[in-house]
Amino acid sequence: MSAVIEVDGLTKSFGDVQAVNGVSFTVERGELLGFLGPNGAGKTTTINMLTGLARPDAGTISIAGIDCTRNPKAAQHLIGVVPDESNLYPELTGFGNLCFCGALYGMSRKDREERARELLALFSLAEAADRKFAGYSRGMKRKLTIAAGIIHRPEILFLDEPTTGIDVASARQLRQLVEGLHREGTTIFLTTHYIEEAERLCERIAFIVRGRIVRIESVAELMQPVQDRHAVLVSVAEPDPALAEKLAPACPDCEITAAGPAQVRVESAGPISVAPLVRFLDDLGFDVVEARKMHPSLEDVFVRITGIEADAMRKEREKPGGGKVDAA
Amino acid sequence: MKQWIAFCSILGKDTRSYYLKPPNISWGIVFPLAWTSMFFIRSGAGLEDIMSLLPGVVAVSVLFGTTSLLAVTVTFEKKGRSFERLLLAPISLELLMLAKTSGAILFGIVNAAVPIIMAAFLADLSQVQWGLAVPAIVLIAVASTFLGLFIAVSVSEVFEAQTFSNFFRFPMIFLCGLFFPIANLPVFLRPLSYALPLTYGADLLHGAFEGAMTMAPVLNFVLLGLFCLVLFGLSLHNIRRKWIV
Ligand SMILES: Nc1ncnc2c1ncn2[C@@H]1O[C@H](COP(=O)(O)OP(=O)(O)O)[C@@H](O)[C@H]1O
Ligand SMILES: [Mg+2]
Repeated sequence: MSAVIEVDGLTKSFGDVQAVNGVSFTVERGELLGFLGPNGAGKTTTINMLTGLARPDAGTISIAGIDCTRNPKAAQHLIGVVPDESNLYPELTGFGNLCFCGALYGMSRKDREERARELLALFSLAEAADRKFAGYSRGMKRKLTIAAGIIHRPEILFLDEPTTGIDVASARQLRQLVEGLHREGTTIFLTTHYIEEAERLCERIAFIVRGRIVRIESVAELMQPVQDRHAVLVSVAEPDPALAEKLAPACPDCEITAAGPAQVRVESAGPISVAPLVRFLDDLGFDVVEARKMHPSLEDVFVRITGIEADAMRKEREKPGGGKVDAA
Repeated sequence: MKQWIAFCSILGKDTRSYYLKPPNISWGIVFPLAWTSMFFIRSGAGLEDIMSLLPGVVAVSVLFGTTSLLAVTVTFEKKGRSFERLLLAPISLELLMLAKTSGAILFGIVNAAVPIIMAAFLADLSQVQWGLAVPAIVLIAVASTFLGLFIAVSVSEVFEAQTFSNFFRFPMIFLCGLFFPIANLPVFLRPLSYALPLTYGADLLHGAFEGAMTMAPVLNFVLLGLFCLVLFGLSLHNIRRKWIV
């Protein structure tokens, strides 16, 4: 394997805001690297610097062996970019948009028209091919924006929050399409603030918080510390701030933390039996409404490493469009 | 070759999306018509004065046909972020901006043809020096398009671009010697006249249509050409500085 993207000490600030702060990483040929972090972490700024839309304050960028630090246009013919907002032309049709984007990369008319038809079919947009982009739904816009990013069959693809703000079915379809591209050998750099999405799609993940990479490892390596951890989530009817403390004597070897106003998380290196915990709480007069075994997930790792509550990330997701406005 | 495909597609898309739209076409025809009629009525001139009015009407048609278009093809697309697609494309910024402006330049030239064709029915155009008129019209179209481009990349809102182009256009019409000779302007305004590209274009048009020029044609062409280069260069500089942040 050889590195196709090599970034060293990338730094960028906007006035007082340090958007990206000394970021270094490499992406191997054919790899799918994920940038996972909350809104404002510096993901888009990083992509903008890699693709030539922003100028770094410091650091170096090399793409496919081409030094792009001084000349950001040098590698643009090798890359495809899917921005965080659907920014195609509202007055053009789906087909027209794809053909135009193909032409920007110098594809011949025949080649781009064939490829546009192929992609419209692949993204289940064939029926909407001759409709104006302005009239597309959010999910359709997102799909067409991704199709536009790969019309010229780029070796390297940058995907900025591909599934933010779209419905569940479209998001699932998009993830499958991304997996397909990855299988075909495209090198993919993807950003997301959905932990599950990163876990599902990426081979390697960089946690990015406030402009810094706090950890970058393969999913398997990241999961290692939680792999043999066992966890149980217990919910009671009435909120009690001291719930965790009260439950502590029930399992001295466990690590017990509040997971919500009426919820605790019990963790241990060995298997946990649920029945004694429930009985203990029952004896204390609590009405236990749920106790369920948790499978270790990337979410636990993310919370441990970044100190950012998974809930905070989830809230962002619940805002339509991840709190950002869809311009198109 | 690849860059050429991109260039043609950008020009083709802008032409279809903006220039060939009915409002734009009617503006391109109605506006020069209205100007011509207005000056006829106001000056109480007869048909024999057409040749003295033609330079002004032609120049105004070009100026109004080009400058404000860039507010749409550039500022509007920047605002809607589709301009980022063009910045991501593997073509040089110079070629990209030429593609974005060449449509407006062509549109300006077509606008200039409207009053000339109308005049051809009313007057004898056999004395016109076309060898002077055509390159002058082309250069005026380039200069006013690049002025529009410079404005379009210096602002962030479409309405600002339009306001600023009026801010430049109206004084320019009256200061450039199209309708009143510069010699008749108050002395303190004259330096301003010579700082405007249209002054040199107007002089060339007076020469082409009426055979009367105040400066040497070569000097006019060179100065007009310099204005084009400087405005284009400044526009690219602004894009690099402000848009590739
Ligand atoms: N053009 C800009 N001008 C000023 N601040 C910006 C600009 N772009 C990004 N920022 C700031 O930089 C930080 C990182 O932003 P961004 O890279 O968009 O984060 P993310 O994509 O991870 O949500 C944020 O605090 C954001 O407000
Ligand atoms: Mg972002």
